[in-house]
Amino acid sequence: MIVIVVAEQVLNGVQFGITLFLMAAGLTLIFGVMNLVNLAHGSLYMIGAFIAAATFNAVHSFLLAILAALVGTAAVGIVIEVVVFRSLYQRDHLDQVLATFGLILFFNEAVRMIWGATALYAQVPQFLSGQVEVLPGVPYPAYRLAIIGVGLVVALAIYLLVMRTRIGMLIRAGASDRTMVAALGVNITLLYTAVFGLGAALAALSGALAGPIFTVESGMGDDLLILAFVVIVIGGIGSIRGAFIAAVLVGVVDTIGRAFLRPLFALFMSGFAADNAGPAVASMLIYVLMATVLFFRPEGLFPRAKR
Amino acid sequence: MTAPRIRLVVTLAVLAGLALLPPVSAALGQDFYVDLFTRIMIFAIAAVSLDLILGFGGMVSFGHAAYLGIGSYAVGILAYYHIDNGYLQFGTAIAASALIALFIGWVSLRTSGVYFIMITLAFGQMIYFLGESVNQFGGDNGLNIERHSDFAAFLSLDRPVTLYYFVFAWLALCLGLGWRLVESRFGMVIRGAKSNETRMVALGFHTFRYKLVAFVIAGAMAGVAGALLANLTLFLSPSIMHWTRSGEIMMMVILGGMGTLIGPVLGAIAYLVLENALSGFTEHWQAILGPFLVLVVIFSKTGLLGAAGAWRTKSTHA
Repeated sequence: MIVIVVAEQVLNGVQFGITLFLMAAGLTLIFGVMNLVNLAHGSLYMIGAFIAAATFNAVHSFLLAILAALVGTAAVGIVIEVVVFRSLYQRDHLDQVLATFGLILFFNEAVRMIWGATALYAQVPQFLSGQVEVLPGVPYPAYRLAIIGVGLVVALAIYLLVMRTRIGMLIRAGASDRTMVAALGVNITLLYTAVFGLGAALAALSGALAGPIFTVESGMGDDLLILAFVVIVIGGIGSIRGAFIAAVLVGVVDTIGRAFLRPLFALFMSGFAADNAGPAVASMLIYVLMATVLFFRPEGLFPRAKR
Repeated sequence: MTAPRIRLVVTLAVLAGLALLPPVSAALGQDFYVDLFTRIMIFAIAAVSLDLILGFGGMVSFGHAAYLGIGSYAVGILAYYHIDNGYLQFGTAIAASALIALFIGWVSLRTSGVYFIMITLAFGQMIYFLGESVNQFGGDNGLNIERHSDFAAFLSLDRPVTLYYFVFAWLALCLGLGWRLVESRFGMVIRGAKSNETRMVALGFHTFRYKLVAFVIAGAMAGVAGALLANLTLFLSPSIMHWTRSGEIMMMVILGGMGTLIGPVLGAIAYLVLENALSGFTEHWQAILGPFLVLVVIFSKTGLLGAAGAWRTKSTHA
């Protein structure tokens, strides 16, 4: 019995980690390559979730909904890159934090103006609504398994794109010396816009997939954004591999903590104390993890090689 | 006039204006402004405290709202156990926020740059979630505070005007303290570490200690703002510790002009008056405020105070 519960929670943790990874991958690319701190990345996640939910409710096709979310959000991302971020690349991180903070206020309100203040209802598509037996006697929702599957494929694809293709090589070269790459005749401005669009699409995919699990509402990306930052800081800024490992780690630690700390504490405290301390410690767990990692490895688990 | 002279004149003018606000608004029959400006001055204290480390010390702390929360919770939790003594409540608020700032600073100051932003943000969120999950004190629903801090008979914070001048006195005190601090030898070391830390270390200064002390002072000051806020709203809510609140305080600093003491005060006035005016105008005020902030960041480097200075220079040269 206990094995079933633990297995289920570990899978939930991995699934949450995958959602986080899709957010963090775009964030770490934008951060690592363009040296831009983008707080509005959570807004792109939110926009993706909203477009997907609204499209699904209109046309009842899940794949079409995902596609609309990817294209629509990438378009929004490209617009804000051209209009706002191009004048921020050369500024210090503080300016970037503040400008993108302004964007968050705008997008949270814009979403409320377009879709109303109440949460939008997002459904699991029919063909993924069942359960799958992952281990003998352990049924698990097919939809969550599908998220894990999609996430793994996307993770592999991004890794290959960045590490094994010519475009990926240019992206990495741009991260180490923007001027030199531009001098070699590469249109670095266009490359940055493309990377930003890719990051936006990844955030949208994360939001669209997470919609049926979480609530689709204004501000839904704000807290997840902080978790994604925790992930890329633990993983090492700019590292795709680090982001993946850290995302799964954070997802599993957070989920396991929330599920089991309260009963664990109840073994040696009064029920009342455990009811208070359990959730409190569980919600702080990943930040403790991050502080510990930074204490011992100030540049994360996979720091970028020194130039 | 030289820049420091301008700042002094602006500071005195702002303080005089704030001192005269209650009788003027009473004469106009607009008591509402007393409440609004009490709130503004509280956030001004928080913004000044952040500017001490951000503007003068170059430490971009993104978790400053945490200390606001700790100050609030110190007052609220003591009041919950019917300990209403104001000296005790404010003493606890200051001590608790200083102590937690000491720990957070001790860990965070080992990192720098963007890692420092992120780790202070993470600590802020940690304390936010702590407040949200402890159901004993209201959890995420918050908790009503039944009485104001009790400073014996001669100072009753129940009257809005008394509370206003109480907050005003704290603001003046914090500005005075901040001024003494940044002009002192200690302040010079902090500012030196901002412009070139390696050089300061080479000169033999243990910059880590200086920065940590500044971090603790800023935390304690924000704790006072939190204790005052609890007295204004008589309500305890984890939402005052959310990271977006830290962003707002930072916004006030930038809007007013960082690296000056009166700048954050102007920024708090501008931000909250703007928020208040826009929210009276449309319920979607954030859709206007957001792009406005983006424009401020893109087009200005020095905030309101710098803009005023630039305008003055231009007009005298014309």
